[in-house]
Amino acid sequence: MSPTTPTPPAAPALPAYTKKDFQSDQEIRWCPGCGDYAILNAVQQVMPTLGIPREKFVFVSGIGCSSRFPYYMNAYGFHTIHGRALAVATGIKLAKPDLQVWVVTGDGDGLSIGGNHMIHALRRNVDLKILLFNNRIYGLTKGQYSPTSELGKINKSAPFGTLEQPINPISLALASEATFIGRSVDIYPRHLMELLRRVSAHKGAAFVEIFQNCNVFNDKAFAAMTEKDVRDERNIQLEHGKPLVFGKNRDRGIRLNGLKPQVVKLGENGVTEKDLLIHDEHDVALAYLLSRIGHPEFPLPIGVFRAEKLPTLEERNRQQMDQVRAKLGEGDLERLLNAGDAWDVK
Amino acid sequence: MTTETQSAVAGRLREVLDCVTIRFAGDSGDGIQITGQQFTTTTAIFGNDLATFPDFPAEIRAPAGTLAGVSGFQIQFSNRDIHTPGDRPDVLVAFNPAALMANIKDVPPNGVVIVNTDSFGEVDLRKAQCTSNPLEDGTLSAYNVFKVPITQLTLKALEPVPISHKEKERCKNFFALGVLYWLYNRPMEPTLKWFQQKFGKKDPKLVEANTLALKAGVGYAEATELFRSQYDVPPAAYAPGRYRNVMGNEALALGLVAAGKLCGLPVFYGSYPITPASDVLHELSRHKNFGVTTFQAEDEIAAVTAAIGASYAGALGVTGTSGPGVALKSEAINLAVMVELPLIICDVQRGGPSTGLPTKTEQADLLQALFGRNSESPVCVLAPATPSDCFHIAIEAARIATKYMCPVFILSDGYLANGAEPWRIPKVADLPRFEVKFRTTPDCFYPYLRDERTLARPWATPGTPGLEHRIGGLEKSHIHGNVNYDAENHDFMCRLRAAKIQRIVQDVPDLEVNGDEDADVLVIGWGSPYGSIMAACQEARRKGTKVAQAHLRYLNPLPANTGKVVARYKKVLVPELNLGQLLMVLRSKYLVPARGLNKVQGKPFKVSELADAIMQEAKNLS
Repeated sequence: MSPTTPTPPAAPALPAYTKKDFQSDQEIRWCPGCGDYAILNAVQQVMPTLGIPREKFVFVSGIGCSSRFPYYMNAYGFHTIHGRALAVATGIKLAKPDLQVWVVTGDGDGLSIGGNHMIHALRRNVDLKILLFNNRIYGLTKGQYSPTSELGKINKSAPFGTLEQPINPISLALASEATFIGRSVDIYPRHLMELLRRVSAHKGAAFVEIFQNCNVFNDKAFAAMTEKDVRDERNIQLEHGKPLVFGKNRDRGIRLNGLKPQVVKLGENGVTEKDLLIHDEHDVALAYLLSRIGHPEFPLPIGVFRAEKLPTLEERNRQQMDQVRAKLGEGDLERLLNAGDAWDVK
Repeated sequence: MTTETQSAVAGRLREVLDCVTIRFAGDSGDGIQITGQQFTTTTAIFGNDLATFPDFPAEIRAPAGTLAGVSGFQIQFSNRDIHTPGDRPDVLVAFNPAALMANIKDVPPNGVVIVNTDSFGEVDLRKAQCTSNPLEDGTLSAYNVFKVPITQLTLKALEPVPISHKEKERCKNFFALGVLYWLYNRPMEPTLKWFQQKFGKKDPKLVEANTLALKAGVGYAEATELFRSQYDVPPAAYAPGRYRNVMGNEALALGLVAAGKLCGLPVFYGSYPITPASDVLHELSRHKNFGVTTFQAEDEIAAVTAAIGASYAGALGVTGTSGPGVALKSEAINLAVMVELPLIICDVQRGGPSTGLPTKTEQADLLQALFGRNSESPVCVLAPATPSDCFHIAIEAARIATKYMCPVFILSDGYLANGAEPWRIPKVADLPRFEVKFRTTPDCFYPYLRDERTLARPWATPGTPGLEHRIGGLEKSHIHGNVNYDAENHDFMCRLRAAKIQRIVQDVPDLEVNGDEDADVLVIGWGSPYGSIMAACQEARRKGTKVAQAHLRYLNPLPANTGKVVARYKKVLVPELNLGQLLMVLRSKYLVPARGLNKVQGKPFKVSELADAIMQEAKNLS
């Protein structure tokens, strides 16, 4: 910068945050070995890098193991009631749109007791960062089946096996019109942090399913897909604009056979990358198709299924208020009270 | 009192009356409510005091012509101060046999009954379960019956208007209104103006049709020799000022808007549609230019929790519902109790339990508001006494909620919600202004460090640098607010939360006693029966019984002198539209042998039944 150029008034410099700045003084009370620690760690590492003042962060949760999360974050935190975090967060966001509101929930809190709020928070496109810790079990109540538990699973409340078809969180989020949908795994810290950064940048309802191991009540629920030695072969990383290739040697891919996805080997039967599906974060139909595939017939898709920029509820709310103000003028109480058929008594 | 003079119209008497009660009754699709509202507006502008009672079925269009589908609208208007819509109608306007049969028992002998003879065919009679025609079988022999072919006359008057037969028929309510305007000497202008506003842009033909129908009604009444008299009810003596009609739900919504303005907070109203509270949502959603956010939630729970979230972020969080919705919101209200955030819960009570009587009134949610949550859950509870009082109670609720950082219930009900009365419009400058303080500085900040006088904790909203903290539904430690399961701490915190609500009493005016100071009988009530109780006490006094009267607008905490007041009288009567809820509170709190006057019929008290009961109690004493 030349010495003659006037220096623009600098925005108050953001403190140089470190992970420590986002750690609260509360003793963490998750079971040793719980996947929640890894997620907390990832979030606390990402927060300082987002360029957002700490006081703008609000963590809202419901009830369950995952919902203790806000206590451990040095930010604003609201540990609400079972299933209702999204509704509380919606109120926060409508009242103060400049806050960055994160909702931490689980498969029970977010898909069972709070399932209705999930659908509606997503379809309204409230700018919420929703982290759904999916461990496919109820942990805090000690081992009952959850809405994502596999059919036939044996557990404390279903000693002869569950009778219920589990819900597919990603499909549900798509059907609910979520504008951002992603999936990661507690033990993929780098992948998870990258996803969290994208979540933070997204304006609108962002839904992230995080596979999270409950080592006490549902240990190794995801091990077959996520253990170090198998994950390359059994995961597929979704990348916008790129073909769906996976495998340690990146020698396999997914193509469409009619309307059905199919795993193919590159180089076999003349298959090349050109034959593969190209991931497109704006294609809802493709996202739905990808939400339906997974282990063991297919690799498990991780990454971003959908990312679409659409107006948020709070933006629309502000806009409508401005429009009404432009039309009717700023609210005048005296005039309001005297509106309609009023008459004078002398 | 009636004075008779010769009318301007040849051969007609002109009588002056103090007070008249009219009931319109017909199918729920007959436009009964609109007719009643038009009569109300006109009568208010004319200058009478008035009170109304709309009474309609829960079904939007119940099977036409059946008893289940009868919709009614009653208005009492007077040249003096009145408090109720009247016990029994002096005039019943019945649009069909079902409306006649459902209402005739309420009309006193010699009362006026105006019927639409065009809807007394065989089918109409069968639908109303009449085995014979009540117009001919002597059912109406005790009444002063006017048989008017309202439908035919309306159709005839509307011949020149190019609209369908069905549309013409639908104007018949305004023909009937015209008849009543002539009978009670009311101006047509307010209704003519309303036709313009309502239909002018949409369909000028409907303005013409309805205008013709109304004028034809007036003309018919004047020309026919059916009516012997025309009646005047002179204007009441009002205090000078500007007036308007207001219904309870409307007043409640305006009060919330005003509250937001008066304390400088944006109002957030989370609600799920429910009868009879929905009109509060409708009204508030029109006032976005006041910075009001209305949020029609996916359910009752989301409605209240979103309001709590908004309140946490520094808005005036309000949720509105009726009794069944309160049941669903209970857990969330307890969250507000625990995290000590301002929250206003408007409960427009209706008949219950369960779905109960959705469109009928009742005041049986008092104990639900006071105690209907798990564990020790103290909240503030207020109750408006009249439709216009809903306005002032809303402001008071906001003032208390923000000052004491607590949930405040407003117990309105179906009767207040839909009932109208003239309201002297307050000057904004005269309304109470109240300051809301947010915590902004980090020195010595603790989320649960309390104000010494109010015991309120600081309101520290997200976005404030240096005040990052965590709150939640788990028990917390005194001052620091950290999660704490310690036995003594929990005991302490439960008592502290209760003490905080009790502290509100310093903001509650003493209970006033009206009437005979030296009476042996005190009648103490709360909520919507105020008008009936007031009129009943006046009636009893007129008949020589001494009676004192007090009315509670603050149910928790009760005014500081309540115990002294109720202990002062030999007999304490508690009229309530429930089976004895305030009664239970007063008896347990003050150990007084109070007695209840209770009914749960989905209807307000009649003045006469209360007056009789009061006089009987007084007699039993002597």
